[in-house]
Amino acid sequence: MSTTTMTLAKAINAGLDKVLAGNPKSLLIGEDIGRLGGVYRITDGLIDTYGADRVIDSPLGEAGIVGTSIGMAMRGYAPIAEIQFDGFVFPAFNQITTQLAKMRARSEGRFGAPVVIRIPYGGGIGSIEHHSESPEALFAHTAGLRIMAPSNAHDAYWMIQQAAACQDPVIFFEPKRRYWLKGEVDTQNPAADAFKAQVIRPGEDATIVTYGPLVPVALAAAEAALEDGRSVEVIDLRSVSPIDFDTITESVEKTGRLIVTHEAPTFGGIGGEIAARVSERAFLSLEAPVIRLGGFHMPYPVAKVEEQYLPDIDKVLEALDRSFAY
Amino acid sequence: MTDTVHEPLEQALIQLLTPEGERRSHTEYDSYIQDVDAEMLRGFYRDMALTRRFDKEATALQRQGQLALWVPLRGQEAAQIGSGRATRPTDYIFPTYREHGVALTRNVDFPQMLRIFRGISNGGWDPRENNFHMYTMVLAAQMPHATGYAMAVQRDQAGWDAERLAKDGEAVVAYFGDGSSTEGEVHESMVFAASFNAPVVFFCQNNQWAISVPFHVQSKVPLADRAAGYGFPGIRVDGNDVLAVLAVTRWALDRARRGEGPVLIEAVTYRMSAHTTADDPTKYRLGAEEESWVGRDPLTRLEKHLRDNNLADEAFFERVVTDGNEMAARVREEAMAFPDPSLAQSFANVYAEAHPLIQEELKWHLEYEAGFADTTEEGATR
Repeated sequence: MSTTTMTLAKAINAGLDKVLAGNPKSLLIGEDIGRLGGVYRITDGLIDTYGADRVIDSPLGEAGIVGTSIGMAMRGYAPIAEIQFDGFVFPAFNQITTQLAKMRARSEGRFGAPVVIRIPYGGGIGSIEHHSESPEALFAHTAGLRIMAPSNAHDAYWMIQQAAACQDPVIFFEPKRRYWLKGEVDTQNPAADAFKAQVIRPGEDATIVTYGPLVPVALAAAEAALEDGRSVEVIDLRSVSPIDFDTITESVEKTGRLIVTHEAPTFGGIGGEIAARVSERAFLSLEAPVIRLGGFHMPYPVAKVEEQYLPDIDKVLEALDRSFAY
Repeated sequence: MTDTVHEPLEQALIQLLTPEGERRSHTEYDSYIQDVDAEMLRGFYRDMALTRRFDKEATALQRQGQLALWVPLRGQEAAQIGSGRATRPTDYIFPTYREHGVALTRNVDFPQMLRIFRGISNGGWDPRENNFHMYTMVLAAQMPHATGYAMAVQRDQAGWDAERLAKDGEAVVAYFGDGSSTEGEVHESMVFAASFNAPVVFFCQNNQWAISVPFHVQSKVPLADRAAGYGFPGIRVDGNDVLAVLAVTRWALDRARRGEGPVLIEAVTYRMSAHTTADDPTKYRLGAEEESWVGRDPLTRLEKHLRDNNLADEAFFERVVTDGNEMAARVREEAMAFPDPSLAQSFANVYAEAHPLIQEELKWHLEYEAGFADTTEEGATR
């Protein structure tokens, strides 16, 4: 086994390098991704290796970035577009939801537009407005798209490659506050199927389902819960659309208690979908209602108070308390 | 500014055939139509007449409840046939949803075009067969696709010399209208095309009306003038003059092919009919305005030219009518005979790769539908 320690950011960079090296039709497009290497340096150095025709510094325009990516995909290219920040994806919302997602359906299955859209997402970085959002549910509601959110370097390295190889469009949400989180990357043995959830900490008494930036929070909460004598299982969803309900159901049938947590607002979020599915699939196994722990129903708050907004270890422990007290 | 008076359109327009059917010479563009002989002219007339006949039949089918909607193009035949006939089969076309005439020039079979409007398909035909993309209902959403496609063409042709580009180079045509000209995606597609010098021709049919909103609300300057802001040429052409449209589009495509970048063509024309069959132009425009455009009808103009110069005889015009009627009958017959689509097939077309939710919901759907079959059988045997 050959493992290398990398930050999550470096792992995506290395994964993109592999994609570009492996598929001459693949290319990157986005704002400032070439010479600058992206505002988070995720594409750092790639323009030197692959040139400006394959690492395209685009004009500033998200609809243009996604729209031209769709056009290139129609002619056999495999574009990986970068949206600079979560809150800036909305100028491209029309292209993503009415065009990218529906191309295969509209062509009656003849062809699709296998574009990957990378979006650094989530809060906790003390940033200004529109730089800390979690819009994944808005895309999960759109058939035709797939959504991935890696939580660690190994997954990030492999999942970006799996996203690029996927014949369906993929929105790849990168947990920006974990970009500098280091982890072991096994560059020989691929990560599991990107669309399968993974039990990353086994437990017996309750299950926490999460993804992206909150995975370390869930793991820490599970560790802390041990002090109360509670054995908590943690599932990293990895794919937000489709959702691997089988893995979740299996866990809940064992533990009987489920907490779903994400940074995105609770209302209308991924947690609600999981709660509903689990109630359909494992109603008689549930010892307590499924608890959703997400953001409040407000625009993402100013940085000075974002810690009160975001789910954290204490909030997860409180949710566990509520579940066990039921 | 009032909405009743338009500038005299002959001004500042490239025109090679006057509304009276007289050929006008043009130092720059005559060279682009030197090959146009009597047979080609008759072909253009025939294309336009068949397109108009198809449009009439589809409108009738909608009125008879056989189509959910129809998007008429009467008045825009020259803009569509002239530009479509300027393309090569290897060029890729991104149409709006009104490009039935362009479709004819790309050999898309007319009945297939009705599948969208009969509620059978959201695509209609295989775009790869004729390099004619599906109709896009979200206005201007196809524009950045065209630029992106042209960027891909550039990459495929990297390293080609000028001679090879001129001979085998491909180009892309992005159609849009005066209505969609105000959409942000038109702007972004033009910015990107300019930035990367992409081989794309932006072809705007300015038919004067965005449903009920007149052109002067969409733009305070001729649309072609906007090209200067992007740094590529813009040109206004008489959109009801098939020769001028052909010449200008050939010029623009040649230029794009050679790697000289995009062009914006504004074909000034008029939507003689309604926006769609759900529209009522009497609510927002004057009959006098419509009347004023009858004299500029693109078919009448070419017919006059053919007749006055003895380039077509009466038998030709009669045959065009007969062929049109036969085509219309076939369109009607085939459209009425389309097999119904199946929702199960819709499940299959959402994703390329296996998807658990699709599988689960398809299974449920099939079981649910099968349940009705069982009930009927039980009822029948009881």
